[in-house]
Amino acid sequence: MDGKDLLILHLLEENSRIPIEELATMVELPVKEAERRIRALEEARIIRKYAAVIDWEKAGNEEVTSIIALKVSPERDFGYDRIAERIARFREVKAVRLVSGRYDLILLVRGRTMQDVARFVSEHIATMDQIRETTTQFAMKTYKENGIPYDEREASERLPYSF
Amino acid sequence: MRDFISEKARIIPHSGIRKFFDLCMGMQDVISLGVGEPDFSTPWNICEASIYSIEQGVTSYTSNRGYPPLRQALAADLARRYNVSYSPESEIIVTTGVSEAADIAIRAVVDPGDEVIVQDPAYVSYAPCITLTGGKPVPLPCREKDHFKVTPDALEEQITGKTKAVLLNFPSNPTGGVMTRDDYRAIADILVDHDLLLISDEVYSELTYEGTHCSPASLPELRDRTITLNGFSKAYAMTGWRIGYLCAPPEISDAALKIHQYVMLCAPVMGQIAAYAALRQGEQDKNEMVREYRLRRNLFVEGLNRIGLRCHMPQGAFYAFPSVEVTGLTDEEFAERLLKEQKVAVVPGSAFGESGRGHIRCSYATSRENLSTAVERMGTFVSDLI
Ligand SMILES: Cc1ncc(COP(=O)(O)O)c(C=O)c1O
Repeated sequence: MDGKDLLILHLLEENSRIPIEELATMVELPVKEAERRIRALEEARIIRKYAAVIDWEKAGNEEVTSIIALKVSPERDFGYDRIAERIARFREVKAVRLVSGRYDLILLVRGRTMQDVARFVSEHIATMDQIRETTTQFAMKTYKENGIPYDEREASERLPYSF
Repeated sequence: MRDFISEKARIIPHSGIRKFFDLCMGMQDVISLGVGEPDFSTPWNICEASIYSIEQGVTSYTSNRGYPPLRQALAADLARRYNVSYSPESEIIVTTGVSEAADIAIRAVVDPGDEVIVQDPAYVSYAPCITLTGGKPVPLPCREKDHFKVTPDALEEQITGKTKAVLLNFPSNPTGGVMTRDDYRAIADILVDHDLLLISDEVYSELTYEGTHCSPASLPELRDRTITLNGFSKAYAMTGWRIGYLCAPPEISDAALKIHQYVMLCAPVMGQIAAYAALRQGEQDKNEMVREYRLRRNLFVEGLNRIGLRCHMPQGAFYAFPSVEVTGLTDEEFAERLLKEQKVAVVPGSAFGESGRGHIRCSYATSRENLSTAVERMGTFVSDLI
Protein backbone atom coordinates (compact mmCIF):
# COMPACT_ATOMS: atom_id res chain seq x y z
CA MET A 1 0.00 0.00 0.00
CA ASP A 2 1.36 3.38 -0.99
CA GLY A 3 -0.07 6.83 -1.63
CA LYS A 4 -1.29 5.89 -5.09
CA ASP A 5 -3.16 2.86 -3.74
CA LEU A 6 -4.83 5.06 -1.17
CA LEU A 7 -5.78 7.55 -3.83
CA ILE A 8 -7.24 4.77 -5.98
CA LEU A 9 -9.28 3.59 -3.01
CA HIS A 10 -10.61 7.09 -2.36
CA LEU A 11 -11.60 7.48 -5.98
CA LEU A 12 -13.34 4.12 -6.11
CA GLU A 13 -15.12 4.70 -2.84
CA GLU A 14 -16.47 7.92 -4.24
CA ASN A 15 -17.44 6.42 -7.60
CA SER A 16 -16.76 2.77 -8.24
CA ARG A 17 -17.84 3.14 -11.86
CA ILE A 18 -15.21 5.67 -12.81
CA PRO A 19 -13.67 4.82 -16.22
CA ILE A 20 -10.26 3.23 -15.77
CA GLU A 21 -8.56 5.64 -18.21
CA GLU A 22 -9.80 8.58 -16.20
CA LEU A 23 -8.71 7.05 -12.93
CA ALA A 24 -5.27 6.21 -14.31
CA THR A 25 -4.77 9.75 -15.61
CA MET A 26 -5.77 11.25 -12.31
CA VAL A 27 -3.46 9.10 -10.22
CA GLU A 28 -0.63 9.54 -12.75
CA LEU A 29 -0.21 5.87 -13.67
CA PRO A 30 -0.40 3.91 -16.93
CA VAL A 31 -3.77 2.18 -17.38
CA LYS A 32 -2.19 -1.30 -17.10
CA GLU A 33 -0.58 -0.41 -13.80
CA ALA A 34 -3.79 1.06 -12.41
CA GLU A 35 -5.65 -2.11 -13.38
CA ARG A 36 -3.01 -4.27 -11.77
CA ARG A 37 -3.25 -2.31 -8.53
CA ILE A 38 -7.03 -2.52 -8.43
CA ARG A 39 -6.87 -6.28 -8.99
CA ALA A 40 -4.37 -6.58 -6.16
CA LEU A 41 -6.61 -4.54 -3.86
CA GLU A 42 -9.54 -6.77 -4.75
CA GLU A 43 -7.54 -9.92 -4.16
CA ALA A 44 -6.35 -8.64 -0.81
CA ARG A 45 -10.03 -8.06 0.02
CA ILE A 46 -9.27 -4.42 0.78
CA ILE A 47 -11.91 -3.67 -1.82
CA ARG A 48 -14.73 -5.77 -0.43
CA LYS A 49 -17.32 -5.10 -3.11
CA TYR A 50 -18.75 -2.45 -5.42
CA ALA A 51 -22.14 -1.21 -4.30
CA ALA A 52 -24.57 1.67 -4.72
CA VAL A 53 -25.56 4.25 -2.12
CA ILE A 54 -29.33 4.31 -2.12
CA ASP A 55 -31.74 6.78 -0.62
CA TRP A 56 -34.31 4.24 0.45
CA GLU A 57 -36.66 6.86 1.85
CA LYS A 58 -36.83 8.47 -1.55
CA ALA A 59 -37.30 5.08 -3.18
CA GLY A 60 -40.53 4.84 -1.19
CA ASN A 61 -39.29 1.88 0.73
CA GLU A 62 -41.13 1.73 4.02
CA GLU A 63 -38.41 -0.23 5.74
CA VAL A 64 -37.39 1.05 9.13
CA THR A 65 -33.86 1.38 10.41
CA SER A 66 -33.00 1.08 14.05
CA ILE A 67 -29.89 1.48 16.09
CA ILE A 68 -29.73 -1.06 18.88
CA ALA A 69 -27.32 -0.79 21.76
CA LEU A 70 -26.48 -3.89 23.77
CA LYS A 71 -24.78 -4.52 27.08
CA VAL A 72 -23.06 -7.83 26.81
CA SER A 73 -21.28 -10.13 29.26
CA PRO A 74 -18.07 -11.16 27.57
CA GLU A 75 -17.21 -14.85 27.52
CA ARG A 76 -14.10 -16.43 28.91
CA ASP A 77 -11.60 -17.08 26.07
CA PHE A 78 -13.74 -15.36 23.46
CA GLY A 79 -14.48 -11.91 24.82
CA TYR A 80 -17.14 -10.34 22.64
CA ASP A 81 -16.15 -12.06 19.41
CA ARG A 82 -18.37 -15.13 19.51
CA ILE A 83 -21.55 -13.32 20.45
CA ALA A 84 -20.87 -10.54 17.96
CA GLU A 85 -20.31 -13.01 15.17
CA ARG A 86 -23.50 -14.85 16.10
CA ILE A 87 -25.48 -11.65 15.97
CA ALA A 88 -23.88 -10.66 12.67
CA ARG A 89 -25.31 -13.77 11.00
CA PHE A 90 -28.88 -12.49 11.08
CA ARG A 91 -30.00 -11.09 7.75
CA GLU A 92 -31.82 -8.28 9.56
CA VAL A 93 -28.57 -7.05 11.10
CA LYS A 94 -26.78 -4.73 8.69
CA ALA A 95 -23.88 -3.65 10.88
CA VAL A 96 -22.30 -4.71 14.17
CA ARG A 97 -19.69 -2.73 16.05
CA LEU A 98 -17.97 -3.20 19.38
CA VAL A 99 -17.79 0.21 21.03
CA SER A 100 -16.43 1.90 24.11
CA GLY A 101 -18.70 3.59 26.64
CA ARG A 102 -21.94 2.63 28.31
CA TYR A 103 -22.82 -0.07 25.81
CA ASP A 104 -20.75 -2.80 24.24
CA LEU A 105 -22.26 -3.57 20.87
CA ILE A 106 -24.09 -1.27 18.50
CA LEU A 107 -26.22 -2.88 15.80
CA LEU A 108 -27.91 -1.47 12.77
CA VAL A 109 -31.07 -3.43 12.12
CA ARG A 110 -33.49 -3.06 9.22
CA GLY A 111 -36.99 -4.42 9.11
CA ARG A 112 -40.30 -3.96 7.34
CA THR A 113 -42.05 -2.33 10.29
CA MET A 114 -41.26 -1.19 13.80
CA GLN A 115 -43.14 -4.23 15.12
CA ASP A 116 -40.99 -6.54 13.04
CA VAL A 117 -37.81 -5.00 14.38
CA ALA A 118 -39.09 -4.99 17.95
CA ARG A 119 -40.10 -8.63 17.64
CA PHE A 120 -36.76 -9.54 16.14
CA VAL A 121 -34.93 -7.90 19.00
CA SER A 122 -37.04 -9.39 21.74
CA GLU A 123 -37.09 -12.86 20.27
CA HIS A 124 -33.60 -13.25 18.88
CA ILE A 125 -31.30 -10.76 20.50
CA ALA A 126 -32.59 -10.06 24.00
CA THR A 127 -32.96 -13.77 24.66
CA MET A 128 -29.28 -14.57 24.22
CA ASP A 129 -27.64 -15.52 27.51
CA GLN A 130 -24.89 -12.96 27.34
CA ILE A 131 -27.16 -9.97 26.62
CA ARG A 132 -27.77 -7.99 29.78
CA GLU A 133 -29.59 -5.00 28.37
CA THR A 134 -30.91 -3.64 25.08
CA THR A 135 -32.16 -0.26 23.92
CA THR A 136 -33.74 0.19 20.55
CA GLN A 137 -33.81 3.54 18.74
CA PHE A 138 -35.67 3.95 15.50
CA ALA A 139 -34.27 6.28 12.86
CA MET A 140 -36.77 8.97 11.89
CA LYS A 141 -34.91 10.68 9.09
CA THR A 142 -31.52 10.39 7.41
CA TYR A 143 -29.53 13.57 6.89
CA LYS A 144 -26.22 12.13 5.79
CA GLU A 145 -25.04 8.64 4.86
CA ASN A 146 -21.59 7.42 3.84
CA GLY A 147 -20.37 11.01 3.86
CA ILE A 148 -23.09 12.08 1.47
CA PRO A 149 -25.55 14.73 2.70
CA TYR A 150 -29.11 14.06 1.59
CA ASP A 151 -30.29 17.64 1.43
CA GLU A 152 -29.94 18.96 -2.06
CA ARG A 153 -28.74 22.40 -1.27
CA GLU A 154 -27.83 24.50 -4.27
CA ALA A 155 -24.20 25.48 -4.26
CA SER A 156 -23.90 29.24 -4.01
CA GLU A 157 -23.35 30.93 -7.36
CA ARG A 158 -19.88 32.10 -8.20
CA LEU A 159 -19.22 34.84 -10.68
CA PRO A 160 -18.61 33.38 -14.15
CA TYR A 161 -15.34 35.30 -14.40
CA SER A 162 -12.88 36.55 -11.85
CA PHE A 163 -9.17 37.13 -11.83
CA MET B 1 -20.10 70.23 -14.66
CA ARG B 2 -16.40 69.58 -14.47
CA ASP B 3 -14.98 66.17 -15.18
CA PHE B 4 -14.26 65.02 -11.67
CA ILE B 5 -12.28 61.91 -12.52
CA SER B 6 -8.64 62.02 -11.46
CA GLU B 7 -5.85 61.57 -13.93
CA LYS B 8 -4.73 58.36 -12.27
CA ALA B 9 -8.19 56.84 -12.18
CA ARG B 10 -8.48 57.73 -15.83
CA ILE B 11 -5.31 56.01 -16.95
CA ILE B 12 -5.71 52.70 -15.18
CA PRO B 13 -7.47 50.34 -17.59
CA HIS B 14 -10.76 48.52 -17.15
CA SER B 15 -10.27 44.87 -16.46
CA GLY B 16 -9.92 42.69 -19.53
CA ILE B 17 -12.84 40.45 -18.60
CA ARG B 18 -15.58 43.03 -18.56
CA LYS B 19 -16.50 42.32 -22.14
CA PHE B 20 -16.81 38.61 -21.37
CA PHE B 21 -19.04 39.29 -18.41
CA ASP B 22 -21.41 41.10 -20.72
CA LEU B 23 -21.32 38.31 -23.29
CA CYS B 24 -21.97 35.73 -20.64
CA MET B 25 -24.97 37.50 -19.18
CA GLY B 26 -28.17 35.76 -20.01
CA MET B 27 -26.50 32.69 -21.53
CA GLN B 28 -27.72 29.36 -20.22
CA ASP B 29 -25.69 26.23 -19.56
CA VAL B 30 -22.29 27.91 -19.63
CA ILE B 31 -19.42 25.96 -18.08
CA SER B 32 -17.15 28.50 -16.52
CA LEU B 33 -13.43 27.93 -16.38
CA GLY B 34 -13.05 31.65 -15.93
CA VAL B 35 -13.18 31.70 -12.17
CA GLY B 36 -10.19 32.52 -10.00
CA GLU B 37 -11.57 31.07 -6.80
CA PRO B 38 -12.16 27.66 -5.27
CA ASP B 39 -15.46 25.97 -6.00
CA PHE B 40 -15.54 24.53 -2.49
CA SER B 41 -17.38 26.22 0.34
CA THR B 42 -15.27 27.15 3.33
CA PRO B 43 -14.81 24.05 5.52
CA TRP B 44 -17.57 23.97 8.06
CA ASN B 45 -15.39 23.91 11.18
CA ILE B 46 -13.94 27.25 10.07
CA CYS B 47 -17.39 28.75 9.48
CA GLU B 48 -18.60 27.37 12.78
CA ALA B 49 -15.77 29.05 14.71
CA SER B 50 -16.69 32.38 13.20
CA ILE B 51 -20.41 31.92 13.78
CA TYR B 52 -19.75 31.06 17.41
CA SER B 53 -17.67 34.18 17.90
CA ILE B 54 -20.40 36.32 16.40
CA GLU B 55 -22.84 34.76 18.85
CA GLN B 56 -20.44 35.70 21.62
CA GLY B 57 -20.59 39.30 20.45
CA VAL B 58 -17.12 39.47 18.93
CA THR B 59 -17.96 42.12 16.37
CA SER B 60 -15.60 45.01 16.96
CA TYR B 61 -12.35 46.36 15.54
CA THR B 62 -9.18 44.43 16.27
CA SER B 63 -5.75 45.94 16.74
CA ASN B 64 -4.56 47.54 13.50
CA ARG B 65 -2.01 44.83 12.93
CA GLY B 66 -4.62 42.16 13.43
CA TYR B 67 -6.02 39.82 16.05
CA PRO B 68 -2.95 38.87 18.13
CA PRO B 69 -3.60 35.11 18.39
CA LEU B 70 -3.93 35.00 14.60
CA ARG B 71 -0.59 36.76 14.15
CA GLN B 72 1.05 34.38 16.63
CA ALA B 73 -0.39 31.39 14.80
CA LEU B 74 0.70 32.81 11.46
CA ALA B 75 4.26 33.26 12.64
CA ALA B 76 4.37 29.66 13.84
CA ASP B 77 2.77 28.39 10.65
CA LEU B 78 5.18 30.26 8.38
CA ALA B 79 8.15 28.98 10.33
CA ARG B 80 6.94 25.40 10.23
CA ARG B 81 5.83 25.33 6.62
CA TYR B 82 8.30 27.54 4.80
CA ASN B 83 11.11 27.99 7.24
CA VAL B 84 10.75 31.76 7.38
CA SER B 85 10.67 33.59 10.66
CA TYR B 86 8.65 36.74 11.17
CA SER B 87 7.84 38.53 14.38
CA PRO B 88 4.09 38.67 15.05
CA GLU B 89 4.61 41.95 16.93
CA SER B 90 6.67 43.92 14.47
CA GLU B 91 6.66 42.23 11.08
CA ILE B 92 3.24 40.72 10.33
CA ILE B 93 0.13 42.71 9.36
CA VAL B 94 -3.23 41.04 8.80
CA THR B 95 -4.91 42.61 5.78
CA THR B 96 -8.19 42.59 3.90
CA GLY B 97 -7.09 39.93 1.48
CA VAL B 98 -3.84 39.75 -0.44
CA SER B 99 -5.41 42.46 -2.57
CA GLU B 100 -4.92 45.00 0.18
CA ALA B 101 -1.57 43.53 1.18
CA ALA B 102 -0.25 44.02 -2.37
CA ASP B 103 -1.59 47.56 -2.47
CA ILE B 104 -0.07 48.71 0.81
CA ALA B 105 3.20 46.92 0.06
CA ILE B 106 3.49 48.83 -3.20
CA ARG B 107 2.44 52.13 -1.66
CA ALA B 108 4.90 51.67 1.19
CA VAL B 109 7.89 51.44 -1.14
CA VAL B 110 7.17 52.95 -4.55
CA ASP B 111 7.75 56.64 -5.27
CA PRO B 112 6.72 58.47 -8.45
CA GLY B 113 9.18 57.59 -11.17
CA ASP B 114 10.28 54.30 -9.58
CA GLU B 115 10.16 51.27 -11.81
CA VAL B 116 8.77 48.01 -10.54
CA ILE B 117 9.48 44.90 -12.56
CA VAL B 118 6.40 42.70 -12.68
CA GLN B 119 6.24 39.13 -13.87
CA ASP B 120 4.25 38.87 -17.11
CA PRO B 121 1.69 37.35 -17.50
CA ALA B 122 0.47 38.07 -13.97
CA TYR B 123 -2.46 38.77 -11.76
CA VAL B 124 -4.10 41.94 -12.97
CA SER B 125 -4.04 44.20 -9.93
CA TYR B 126 -0.29 44.73 -9.62
CA ALA B 127 0.27 47.09 -12.54
CA PRO B 128 -2.66 49.44 -11.71
CA CYS B 129 -1.58 49.59 -8.05
CA ILE B 130 1.90 50.60 -9.17
CA THR B 131 0.49 53.16 -11.58
CA LEU B 132 -1.66 54.65 -8.82
CA THR B 133 1.46 55.45 -6.79
CA GLY B 134 3.07 57.15 -9.78
CA GLY B 135 5.48 54.26 -10.30
CA LYS B 136 6.01 52.47 -13.56
CA PRO B 137 5.30 48.77 -14.01
CA VAL B 138 7.85 47.05 -16.22
CA PRO B 139 6.82 43.67 -17.58
CA LEU B 140 9.14 40.72 -17.08
CA PRO B 141 8.30 38.04 -19.67
CA CYS B 142 7.97 34.51 -18.32
CA ARG B 143 7.79 32.07 -21.20
CA GLU B 144 6.37 28.65 -21.70
CA LYS B 145 9.75 27.32 -22.81
CA ASP B 146 11.11 28.27 -19.38
CA HIS B 147 8.11 26.68 -17.66
CA PHE B 148 6.86 30.21 -16.98
CA LYS B 149 9.67 30.82 -14.48
CA VAL B 150 11.71 33.97 -14.05
CA THR B 151 15.13 33.46 -15.57
CA PRO B 152 18.19 35.49 -14.53
CA ASP B 153 18.72 36.73 -18.09
CA ALA B 154 15.18 37.95 -18.54
CA LEU B 155 15.31 39.70 -15.17
CA GLU B 156 18.63 41.37 -15.82
CA GLU B 157 17.34 42.69 -19.12
CA GLN B 158 14.60 44.74 -17.45
CA ILE B 159 16.71 46.38 -14.78
CA THR B 160 17.51 50.08 -15.15
CA GLY B 161 18.84 52.72 -12.82
CA LYS B 162 15.27 53.44 -11.75
CA THR B 163 14.30 49.91 -10.81
CA LYS B 164 13.31 49.70 -7.17
CA ALA B 165 11.47 46.43 -6.76
CA VAL B 166 10.52 43.16 -8.43
CA LEU B 167 7.04 41.77 -7.95
CA LEU B 168 6.58 38.04 -8.36
CA ASN B 169 3.75 35.59 -7.84
CA PHE B 170 4.54 31.89 -7.61
CA PRO B 171 2.74 29.55 -7.89
CA SER B 172 1.49 31.76 -10.66
CA ASN B 173 -1.91 33.00 -11.63
CA PRO B 174 -2.42 32.55 -14.63
CA THR B 175 0.28 30.07 -15.67
CA GLY B 176 0.48 27.59 -12.80
CA GLY B 177 4.27 27.93 -12.95
CA VAL B 178 6.34 27.64 -9.78
CA MET B 179 9.84 28.64 -8.65
CA THR B 180 12.00 26.20 -6.72
CA ARG B 181 14.66 27.13 -4.23
CA ASP B 182 17.27 26.78 -6.96
CA ASP B 183 15.29 29.05 -9.26
CA TYR B 184 15.25 31.74 -6.56
CA ARG B 185 18.94 31.21 -5.85
CA ALA B 186 19.64 31.91 -9.50
CA ILE B 187 18.09 35.37 -9.27
CA ALA B 188 19.02 36.24 -5.67
CA ASP B 189 22.43 37.66 -6.57
CA ILE B 190 20.91 39.95 -9.15
CA LEU B 191 18.47 41.33 -6.57
CA VAL B 192 21.29 41.85 -4.11
CA ASP B 193 23.74 43.33 -6.63
CA HIS B 194 21.21 45.87 -7.85
CA ASP B 195 19.90 46.46 -4.33
CA LEU B 196 16.31 45.62 -5.26
CA LEU B 197 13.34 44.76 -3.11
CA LEU B 198 11.32 41.59 -3.81
CA ILE B 199 7.56 41.62 -3.36
CA SER B 200 6.41 38.01 -3.36
CA ASP B 201 2.71 37.16 -3.63
CA GLU B 202 2.41 33.57 -2.45
CA VAL B 203 -1.35 33.27 -2.15
CA TYR B 204 -1.23 29.89 -3.95
CA SER B 205 1.66 28.53 -1.88
CA GLU B 206 -0.35 25.68 -0.40
CA LEU B 207 -1.53 24.64 -3.84
CA THR B 208 1.82 23.20 -4.87
CA TYR B 209 1.57 19.75 -6.35
CA GLU B 210 5.11 18.55 -6.84
CA GLY B 211 7.66 19.14 -4.14
CA THR B 212 7.13 21.88 -1.58
CA HIS B 213 6.63 25.58 -1.95
CA CYS B 214 9.71 27.78 -1.59
CA SER B 215 9.17 31.11 0.08
CA PRO B 216 11.97 33.36 -1.18
CA ALA B 217 12.29 35.02 2.24
CA SER B 218 13.67 31.70 3.44
CA LEU B 219 16.86 32.48 1.51
CA PRO B 220 19.05 34.35 4.02
CA GLU B 221 20.31 36.83 1.42
CA LEU B 222 16.71 37.74 0.52
CA ARG B 223 15.15 37.72 3.99
CA ASP B 224 15.53 41.45 4.63
CA ARG B 225 14.77 42.61 1.12
CA THR B 226 11.54 40.68 0.68
CA ILE B 227 7.92 41.51 1.39
CA THR B 228 5.97 38.26 1.66
CA LEU B 229 2.26 38.37 0.86
CA ASN B 230 -0.07 35.49 1.49
CA GLY B 231 -3.62 34.79 2.52
CA PHE B 232 -6.44 32.40 3.15
CA SER B 233 -8.56 32.84 0.03
CA LYS B 234 -7.24 30.00 -2.07
CA ALA B 235 -5.83 27.34 0.24
CA TYR B 236 -8.81 27.29 2.60
CA ALA B 237 -11.53 28.25 0.12
CA MET B 238 -12.08 31.53 1.98
CA THR B 239 -12.29 34.16 -0.74
CA GLY B 240 -15.32 35.91 0.74
CA TRP B 241 -13.79 36.29 4.19
CA ARG B 242 -11.18 38.74 2.88
CA ILE B 243 -8.14 37.79 4.93
CA GLY B 244 -4.53 38.07 3.82
CA TYR B 245 -1.31 39.16 5.43
CA LEU B 246 1.88 41.00 4.77
CA CYS B 247 5.24 40.11 6.29
CA ALA B 248 8.23 42.39 6.02
CA PRO B 249 11.18 43.65 8.04
CA PRO B 250 10.06 46.11 10.76
CA GLU B 251 10.77 49.38 8.89
CA ILE B 252 8.80 48.34 5.82
CA SER B 253 6.10 46.74 7.92
CA ASP B 254 5.76 49.99 9.90
CA ALA B 255 5.38 52.03 6.74
CA ALA B 256 2.76 49.63 5.40
CA LEU B 257 0.98 49.65 8.75
CA LYS B 258 0.52 53.41 8.59
CA ILE B 259 -1.24 53.07 5.26
CA HIS B 260 -3.28 50.11 6.45
CA GLN B 261 -4.32 52.02 9.55
CA TYR B 262 -5.61 54.97 7.56
CA VAL B 263 -7.31 53.15 4.70
CA MET B 264 -8.54 49.95 6.31
CA LEU B 265 -8.19 50.38 10.07
CA CYS B 266 -8.19 46.61 10.44
CA ALA B 267 -9.26 43.47 8.60
CA PRO B 268 -12.78 42.22 9.42
CA VAL B 269 -12.81 40.45 12.79
CA MET B 270 -15.13 37.67 11.59
CA GLY B 271 -12.66 36.78 8.90
CA GLN B 272 -9.74 36.96 11.31
CA ILE B 273 -11.44 34.58 13.71
CA ALA B 274 -12.17 32.24 10.81
CA ALA B 275 -8.57 32.45 9.63
CA TYR B 276 -7.36 31.61 13.12
CA ALA B 277 -9.62 28.56 13.08
CA ALA B 278 -8.30 27.63 9.64
CA LEU B 279 -4.75 27.52 10.97
CA ARG B 280 -5.73 25.39 13.92
CA GLN B 281 -8.28 23.05 12.37
CA GLY B 282 -8.20 23.49 8.63
CA GLU B 283 -5.24 21.32 7.69
CA GLN B 284 -7.12 18.19 6.76
CA ASP B 285 -9.81 19.96 4.77
CA LYS B 286 -7.11 21.88 2.97
CA ASN B 287 -5.19 18.73 2.16
CA GLU B 288 -8.29 17.11 0.74
CA MET B 289 -8.98 20.11 -1.48
CA VAL B 290 -5.38 20.13 -2.68
CA ARG B 291 -5.64 16.44 -3.48
CA GLU B 292 -8.79 17.08 -5.47
CA TYR B 293 -7.21 19.98 -7.43
CA ARG B 294 -4.34 17.75 -8.37
CA LEU B 295 -6.66 15.02 -9.65
CA ARG B 296 -8.55 17.59 -11.68
CA ARG B 297 -5.36 19.07 -13.02
CA ASN B 298 -4.21 15.67 -14.28
CA LEU B 299 -7.56 14.95 -15.84
CA PHE B 300 -7.94 18.35 -17.46
CA VAL B 301 -4.41 18.87 -18.76
CA GLU B 302 -4.39 15.39 -20.28
CA GLY B 303 -7.69 16.30 -21.97
CA LEU B 304 -6.34 19.57 -23.36
CA ASN B 305 -3.29 17.90 -24.86
CA ARG B 306 -5.46 15.10 -26.25
CA ILE B 307 -7.67 17.54 -28.17
CA GLY B 308 -4.60 19.28 -29.57
CA LEU B 309 -4.18 22.27 -27.26
CA ARG B 310 -0.60 22.05 -26.06
CA CYS B 311 -0.53 22.60 -22.33
CA HIS B 312 2.40 22.81 -19.96
CA MET B 313 1.75 20.79 -16.79
CA PRO B 314 1.04 23.42 -14.13
CA GLN B 315 2.88 22.70 -10.88
CA GLY B 316 0.78 24.93 -8.68
CA ALA B 317 -2.35 27.10 -8.27
CA PHE B 318 -5.48 25.89 -10.11
CA TYR B 319 -4.97 27.18 -13.61
CA ALA B 320 -4.00 25.54 -16.88
CA PHE B 321 -2.55 27.87 -19.47
CA PRO B 322 -2.66 26.12 -22.85
CA SER B 323 -1.46 27.64 -26.10
CA VAL B 324 -4.15 28.22 -28.73
CA GLU B 325 -1.71 29.03 -31.51
CA VAL B 326 -2.51 25.87 -33.51
CA THR B 327 -6.05 27.11 -34.04
CA GLY B 328 -4.88 30.19 -35.92
CA LEU B 329 -7.01 32.34 -33.64
CA THR B 330 -5.81 34.99 -31.24
CA ASP B 331 -6.47 34.23 -27.60
CA GLU B 332 -9.26 36.80 -27.53
CA GLU B 333 -10.96 35.41 -30.61
CA PHE B 334 -10.61 31.93 -29.22
CA ALA B 335 -12.15 32.87 -25.87
CA GLU B 336 -14.98 34.79 -27.45
CA ARG B 337 -15.89 32.17 -30.03
CA LEU B 338 -15.55 29.32 -27.55
CA LEU B 339 -18.02 31.07 -25.29
CA LYS B 340 -20.48 31.83 -28.06
CA GLU B 341 -20.24 28.54 -29.91
CA GLN B 342 -19.62 25.99 -27.18
CA LYS B 343 -20.53 27.85 -24.01
CA VAL B 344 -17.25 27.38 -22.24
CA ALA B 345 -15.92 30.45 -20.49
CA VAL B 346 -12.15 30.96 -20.35
CA VAL B 347 -10.01 34.09 -19.99
CA PRO B 348 -7.68 35.19 -22.81
CA GLY B 349 -4.06 35.13 -21.71
CA SER B 350 -3.45 38.65 -22.95
CA ALA B 351 -5.72 39.93 -20.16
CA PHE B 352 -2.77 39.08 -17.89
CA GLY B 353 -0.14 40.86 -19.96
CA GLU B 354 1.55 40.83 -23.35
CA SER B 355 3.42 37.61 -22.68
CA GLY B 356 0.11 35.85 -22.08
CA ARG B 357 -0.87 36.37 -25.68
CA GLY B 358 -1.62 33.17 -27.57
CA HIS B 359 -2.69 31.36 -24.41
CA ILE B 360 -5.94 31.02 -22.51
CA ARG B 361 -6.37 30.68 -18.78
CA CYS B 362 -8.61 27.82 -17.72
CA SER B 363 -9.37 27.46 -14.04
CA TYR B 364 -9.80 23.86 -12.94
CA ALA B 365 -11.43 24.90 -9.69
CA THR B 366 -14.64 23.29 -10.84
CA SER B 367 -16.05 19.77 -10.67
CA ARG B 368 -14.45 16.92 -12.60
CA GLU B 369 -17.74 16.46 -14.36
CA ASN B 370 -17.65 20.07 -15.57
CA LEU B 371 -14.05 19.66 -16.63
CA SER B 372 -14.83 16.57 -18.70
CA THR B 373 -17.73 18.30 -20.40
CA ALA B 374 -15.60 21.38 -21.01
CA VAL B 375 -12.87 19.29 -22.64
CA GLU B 376 -15.48 17.64 -24.86
CA ARG B 377 -16.89 20.98 -25.95
CA MET B 378 -13.46 22.48 -26.48
CA GLY B 379 -12.53 19.41 -28.53
CA THR B 380 -15.51 19.97 -30.79
CA PHE B 381 -14.59 23.61 -31.16
CA VAL B 382 -10.94 22.96 -31.87
CA SER B 383 -11.47 20.08 -34.29
CA ASP B 384 -13.00 22.46 -36.81
CA LEU B 385 -9.93 24.67 -36.66
CA ILE B 386 -6.97 22.30 -36.77
C1 LIG C 1 -2.09 36.06 -7.57
C2 LIG C 1 -3.22 36.57 -6.76
N1 LIG C 1 -2.98 37.46 -5.80
C3 LIG C 1 -3.98 37.95 -5.04
C4 LIG C 1 -5.29 37.58 -5.25
C5 LIG C 1 -6.35 38.19 -4.39
O1 LIG C 1 -6.46 37.45 -3.23
P1 LIG C 1 -7.33 37.93 -1.99
O2 LIG C 1 -8.64 37.22 -2.08
O3 LIG C 1 -6.53 37.45 -0.82
O4 LIG C 1 -7.45 39.39 -2.03
C6 LIG C 1 -5.59 36.67 -6.24
C7 LIG C 1 -6.99 36.27 -6.51
O5 LIG C 1 -7.35 35.83 -7.55
C8 LIG C 1 -4.53 36.14 -7.02
O6 LIG C 1 -4.77 35.26 -7.99
